[in-house]
Amino acid sequence: MNSLATPQKWEKFAWPLIASGLLLALWHYSVLWTGTKVFPSPLNVEKGILELFHKHVLWSNIGSSLGRVAIGFGAATMIGIPLGLTLGWYPALNQVVNPVMQIMRPISPIAWIPVAIIFFGVGDHPAIFLIFLGAFFPIVVACINGVSNVPSVYRRAGRNFGLAPAQLLAKVVFPAALPQIIVGLRLAFGIAWLVVVAAEMVAVDSGLGYLVIDSRNSGKRYDLVVAAMLMIGVIGLAFDLVFRRLETIKSVRWGFGNES
Amino acid sequence: MTPPATGTKLRAEHVHMVFTRDGKSTPVLEDMSLDVSEGEFVCLVGPSGCGKSTLLNTMAGFLSPTSGTISIDGEIVRGPDRRRIFVFQERGVFPWLTVQGNIGFGLAKLSRAEREKRIAHYIKMVGLEGFEEAYPSELSGGMKQRLEVARALAVDPDMLYLDEPFGALDSITRLIMRGELLRIWQAERKTIVFVTHDIDEAVQLADRVVVMSARPATIQQIVQVDIPHPRDISSPRYLELRDGILQQIGLAHKI
Repeated sequence: MNSLATPQKWEKFAWPLIASGLLLALWHYSVLWTGTKVFPSPLNVEKGILELFHKHVLWSNIGSSLGRVAIGFGAATMIGIPLGLTLGWYPALNQVVNPVMQIMRPISPIAWIPVAIIFFGVGDHPAIFLIFLGAFFPIVVACINGVSNVPSVYRRAGRNFGLAPAQLLAKVVFPAALPQIIVGLRLAFGIAWLVVVAAEMVAVDSGLGYLVIDSRNSGKRYDLVVAAMLMIGVIGLAFDLVFRRLETIKSVRWGFGNES
Repeated sequence: MTPPATGTKLRAEHVHMVFTRDGKSTPVLEDMSLDVSEGEFVCLVGPSGCGKSTLLNTMAGFLSPTSGTISIDGEIVRGPDRRRIFVFQERGVFPWLTVQGNIGFGLAKLSRAEREKRIAHYIKMVGLEGFEEAYPSELSGGMKQRLEVARALAVDPDMLYLDEPFGALDSITRLIMRGELLRIWQAERKTIVFVTHDIDEAVQLADRVVVMSARPATIQQIVQVDIPHPRDISSPRYLELRDGILQQIGLAHKI
């Protein structure tokens, strides 16, 4: 099989399954051969997941994490998109704000943890604030770039049909920038999901991040640590698939260059 | 020579255009004066880069002349207007809207029933029946071009500006599109200003061909095409007019 050959339908599922199986086998036998007492085997982890499930802590922790992400990411979207569109629309304003943004952007939300605790104390609020920070900048930047990359032909056509500036923004510039905005949202969600785990290790007593750190602290239950890690991975993947799904909606698919 | 007078639609008076970039100023248009009559089909031809598109963009109100004026129906043009629609080389259709959505784009103020009637009418006129729900990415270049023309016509403008609209199409599609445009023009009697670098295209379509010089552009000659439609493109008169324009541009019998 070379890179040009189209994979058969069964191959799309078979190869990833085989690869995952091999990885699990490698994991399993590594645990056996090294005789480690600390690190769990895949079977231990599976039992761990079932245990969490039966003790009714799995769903509640997943729920807490998702709830925080929903609020933090939701707020970042609701503030970030209008702000980014405005900044993209008024380049002069963008030049004023841009230096501050460029300095804030590379600061990891994790570095904000002490500041967040001063601002918001302990509990849900600092965690949500950190998620907001992590998601906010990628969204704003995606909107600014999206708007400034809108081909001038579209703006001209919109003006030609007599649209006022606000209508032009809503009916031409926003839909033209939407593919890039969706990419920004996907990136931002990925970051939010990374940040929630870190934030939950610090200031709260629920969520998947808390589950990881708590399982370690209360009796070195590494089977539960890895179980929680796996859940974090699976949920992150599921959301990424949802965002990828958005990219195939017909009114934005044109922006992703893989249409056929 | 003036065409049968039906009143002047567009008048360009002593239009000069100078572009300034990095402190260097380049004159692009020099003292262009031109009258276009109501319902007339005028083609602008000239060597590539001579400023044909600049003149068209100025007429459409996207650019303002450095000096001189463009007026339409006696009113000075100060910006784009929905009574005069500019057709870009097919790149102007909105990829996020369906064929219907594109044609209905300028019709938000109409009632739903009226809008749907208008959309259906123009879909039929440009032969896109069956593609109502299709997105531009699913259409061929020629279909996208027809879609953009339909979107322009749907708002019932009195003028169309076409900037090399068929330039990106293959030669067979281009011929078909010329025929379609003439048919639409004869049915709707819009005033059309059409930029092209293809002299055959100009002589096949236009009532008058405006030949522009190299930059800074001046009007070198205005050729009246006195052949009735449908035009026989092997008739002696057609060849005579075409060769005359080629000679003007300095390209006659060179290949």
